[in-house]
Amino acid sequence: MSADEGMFGVSGTGDTSGFGGLVRTGASTGSAERPYGSYFDDVADDLERAYPEFNDAIESVVIQNGELTFHVKREKLVEVARVLRDNPKLQFEMCLGVSGVHYPDQTGRELHAVYPLLSMTHNRRLRLEVSAPESDPHIPSLTEVWAGNNWHERETFDMFGIIFDGHAGLTRILMPDDWVGHPQRKDYPLGGIPVEFQGATIPAPSERRSYR
Amino acid sequence: MSFDPYATARETTEGRVYSVTGGDWDELATEIGATKEERVVVNMGPQHPSTHGVLRLILELEGETITEARCAIGYLHTGIEKNTEYRTWTQGVTYVTRMDYLAPIFNETAYCLSVEKLLGITDQVPERAQVIRVMMMELNRISSHMVCFGTGGLELGALTPIFFAFRDRETVLDIFEEVSGLRMNMAYIRPGGVAQDVPQDAVSRIREACRDMRKSFKDNETLLVGNSIWMKRTKDIGYLDLAGCMTLGVTGPILRAAGMPWDLRKTQPYSGYENYDFDVITTDTCDAYGRFLVRLGELEQSLRIIEQCCDKLDQLNGAPVMVADKKIAWPAQLSVGADGMGNSLPHIREIMGESMEALIHHFKIVTEGFRVPAGQAYASVESPRGETGVHTVSDGGTRPYRVHFREPSFNNLQSTAAMCEGGMIADVISAVASIDPVMGGVDR
Repeated sequence: MSADEGMFGVSGTGDTSGFGGLVRTGASTGSAERPYGSYFDDVADDLERAYPEFNDAIESVVIQNGELTFHVKREKLVEVARVLRDNPKLQFEMCLGVSGVHYPDQTGRELHAVYPLLSMTHNRRLRLEVSAPESDPHIPSLTEVWAGNNWHERETFDMFGIIFDGHAGLTRILMPDDWVGHPQRKDYPLGGIPVEFQGATIPAPSERRSYR
Repeated sequence: MSFDPYATARETTEGRVYSVTGGDWDELATEIGATKEERVVVNMGPQHPSTHGVLRLILELEGETITEARCAIGYLHTGIEKNTEYRTWTQGVTYVTRMDYLAPIFNETAYCLSVEKLLGITDQVPERAQVIRVMMMELNRISSHMVCFGTGGLELGALTPIFFAFRDRETVLDIFEEVSGLRMNMAYIRPGGVAQDVPQDAVSRIREACRDMRKSFKDNETLLVGNSIWMKRTKDIGYLDLAGCMTLGVTGPILRAAGMPWDLRKTQPYSGYENYDFDVITTDTCDAYGRFLVRLGELEQSLRIIEQCCDKLDQLNGAPVMVADKKIAWPAQLSVGADGMGNSLPHIREIMGESMEALIHHFKIVTEGFRVPAGQAYASVESPRGETGVHTVSDGGTRPYRVHFREPSFNNLQSTAAMCEGGMIADVISAVASIDPVMGGVDR
């Protein structure tokens, strides 16, 4: 992941105090090793038992900030979701939508879709993460499994251009129907379109002010 | 030939379509009367007074019965999620508070909880700050439910409840003003704690307000509970049972009115909710009246929690309200002055006259912000409308890489079709009012 640095057009870190030198390193994003701790082992075991293709479908397991994330291959997403919902030991009966994230630097997996799941029966949470390349932004829709994902997927399509295959009416939801581009992608400027005012064109805010 | 949207009739693939935008309806009625089919599509909103802000409902009618209902949203989309990516983590609070504008404290708290998760300081947030957060959230729940009763009543033709509701809401907003300097969109909850301590005499005034409100809540209660007109407009209206709630991801009072005692304050406590004594209110009617009763019951529970908060605040008098780590804590130690919230004088004295180090820290944190370890986190709170979930991603920098709000209004509004189809057009108003959507939260 790369970051734009500085707040006021400063290049480099802009660090004069040594304060910025105190960087806390992030947790490793590689696959976690067993035991995962908490209820995470149970969830992984139960899923492995209920879903024989576990090792093929789950690319990696990440434990971070006390949260469990399964990175799922996109072609297996619906199968995994169905098992997670229906298996009595897992029973993640609620999906709390989908959140897109754009990582332009992760070549081949630029677009991520993140699904927070909730099991009310077992009072557990779990996160599924799926990625797709920008050149082929297709992820299967989960509306068949959790109907409530309908609008969430439309929003993620609107904002990130992820195409959810199998969605019954994948149209823009927040932006106007004829809008060009997907505003929450990292290469989309803040403020979107240049505004024409009395003949003069004012560039988008992220272009005209030192936001970067 | 160019398309004229105001033409009275035009041929489409669906058959002959008549657009009614005013004018001579007699003429139209005669013309339509000759055709066999009469599907009427009504656009309710986005400027309709009873669609809760800029919600647009597209209703397909047969007579007065709704055969299909669809929502069109996005009229209040302001790109808050995108904007937060261009500001520091602390400044993000100022943005997210404006999403669901009736429940600003819940947005702030959910956002801060997820940032604190990323920072790994969840356990270091001082107890007094947590108590203040809980108290502010419960006060906010009251003010939010009051708008629901008030506007919900107005929409169904009950003109009195809004006066009682907004009187009580005013009491709460006055407390907000006294505590944070602002009545709405306070940006009061900050990563690591709260912006400033509760003023000395505010606690006793909050106690007094609780006592008053417990009495004044009765006004709306006696007016609406068991009121035959109110019952006729809300009972068995907007029906959504437990299975419907689950598959549509519906949470909050709608879920609790379907008989499920799911309340994150009890099931997955945050900010120390496990230390408070309160009940989760449920009904099993699955209708608009049940949701009304759930909200009414929650008012009393909120008062109970606030009173417990006041006791705790008395015990914790003078304790810190911001995390001890000066690399994260907002440095200004703000205070409420005559002109609202601002830097406190002792702090100005310290950075300008006494400590060079304090000045550097102030400057660095205010201009550049603190760094947050790379990773992602999800935190959620029980807002007046259900689960407000925040998914934050950090790349290790001083600004969020991504902030996504799982807004309960956005999610719950999806159930409009399930609640309204097959019902009468007048009941749409009742059903939507019982969802209590806030378009600022829906569109973000």
